[in-house]
Amino acid sequence: MRKPVAITRRQALLAGLMPVGSLILTGCSKELPPTYGHILRMGDTFTYAAHHALLPKQALVKEFSRNDISSFPAIGVTDPGDPKIRRPSHAYRALQRDGFRDFRLSVDGLVAKPTSLSLSDLQRLPSRTQITKHMCEEGWTAIAEWTGVPLSRVLDVAGVQPAARFVTFLSLDGRAESIDMLDALHPQTLLAYGMNGAEIPVRHGAPVRARVERQMGYKSVKYVQQIVVSDTFPDSSTGIIKAGWAWYAGI
Amino acid sequence: MRGHARWVRLSHWAATISFIALAFSGYVILMAHPRLYWGNTGNDLTPALLELPISRNYRHGGFERAEPIFQNAESPITAIRTYRMFNQNGWGRSLHFLSAWVLVGAGGIYLSIGALGRHFRRHLVPHRAELTTTAFRQEIRDHVRLKIPPATGGPSYGLLQKFAYSTVVFVVLPFTAITGLAMSPAIAAAVPLPAIFGGVQSARTLHFVAFVILMCFLVVHVLMIVKSGFRRQMRAMTFGA
Repeated sequence: MRKPVAITRRQALLAGLMPVGSLILTGCSKELPPTYGHILRMGDTFTYAAHHALLPKQALVKEFSRNDISSFPAIGVTDPGDPKIRRPSHAYRALQRDGFRDFRLSVDGLVAKPTSLSLSDLQRLPSRTQITKHMCEEGWTAIAEWTGVPLSRVLDVAGVQPAARFVTFLSLDGRAESIDMLDALHPQTLLAYGMNGAEIPVRHGAPVRARVERQMGYKSVKYVQQIVVSDTFPDSSTGIIKAGWAWYAGI
Repeated sequence: MRGHARWVRLSHWAATISFIALAFSGYVILMAHPRLYWGNTGNDLTPALLELPISRNYRHGGFERAEPIFQNAESPITAIRTYRMFNQNGWGRSLHFLSAWVLVGAGGIYLSIGALGRHFRRHLVPHRAELTTTAFRQEIRDHVRLKIPPATGGPSYGLLQKFAYSTVVFVVLPFTAITGLAMSPAIAAAVPLPAIFGGVQSARTLHFVAFVILMCFLVVHVLMIVKSGFRRQMRAMTFGA
């Protein structure tokens, strides 16, 4: 006689698929970044939805000690005003010439009062210093100390509207990268103006760069000059997502 | 003689496809930075544990204007990279993670049915009678001489075969998944996985070691399939008989 089986195969299969179903459902309750009908983008979106559903919302990344500070390669654009690069920024060159005295960071979009802040305005806001690991999608890592104002403080100054869902960084070298409100309000997400106890060098993003610690390095935009808050996905043509890079880079 | 169960065949081929995509995209990702390190930090300005000559990025040396970070002799440095990198990580990374989801799905189904049913106990765990030194020696001798018994179209498996399958399924693949997850900054913020391995670069190096072990398994696995009757084995794993 056949022994009764405690759990049938069908039950096991359904039990195994249940969390996947709930993931898809929670993922769909909010508008997700567009996939452009691209299967790789669908995979990225699934990862994003899974991280949202399974990971604690405001977990902090590990912070290191001063002894852990390491060598740090400067890659990508390392001087937006350099006449040798493809689209040199004369505005950057001019700002750099007088020590970024005329630099203004504008905050607009879905905010109560669009704001423009100078470097000293930013430095007067409550600051945070953290020694964290920068992780490049290429595979290398480096540890540095960053000093800056938490992005949430700057957003508070401008007054974010409740409908806000994304924050976009626009840079002086023509880049655009956006993050969701969860990362934007994360305590370790900074607009950094200091690196390793000094001003950020030009090669690392002077005068202000983003630090988005729970994602790969390419989300930590250098040379930030404008912050735009929006309720729809900022489908920016200057963003690297169109060039085939994942919008969510928490992995 | 019973052949492979349908869920074994389905999860086997889903795992095969995702494994090939993972190995390929993983290699492409490694080509962007073919240097391995130990600890938490590692980059072109720090010494490597191992450098792999697998792309034009190998020892490219394209840096200029190196400067010390602090005003002391042992200070770490910063330098500007001038070299145009080989980097296909845009699609490489996305393909890697998409394939990883497929493997997690196939593996999850395989492991739950295998553990809840009697598959693992019956076919993967060696029986006490098999575990004798004489039998073990005989198996090794036969394998070294490539004296592989002809395919039966399914279980039961030989002693070394059981050992190889269980090591891959229960040890190496989970290890690959955990070292992979340890490299995710979002996951590491929630669960301190890199600490288990001594840092995120150690996890990356061990992820590569696991890849090498899996590639060795793949070579031996395919060799055994060929030696025991390729057509018969393929038919059995695809159609079940």
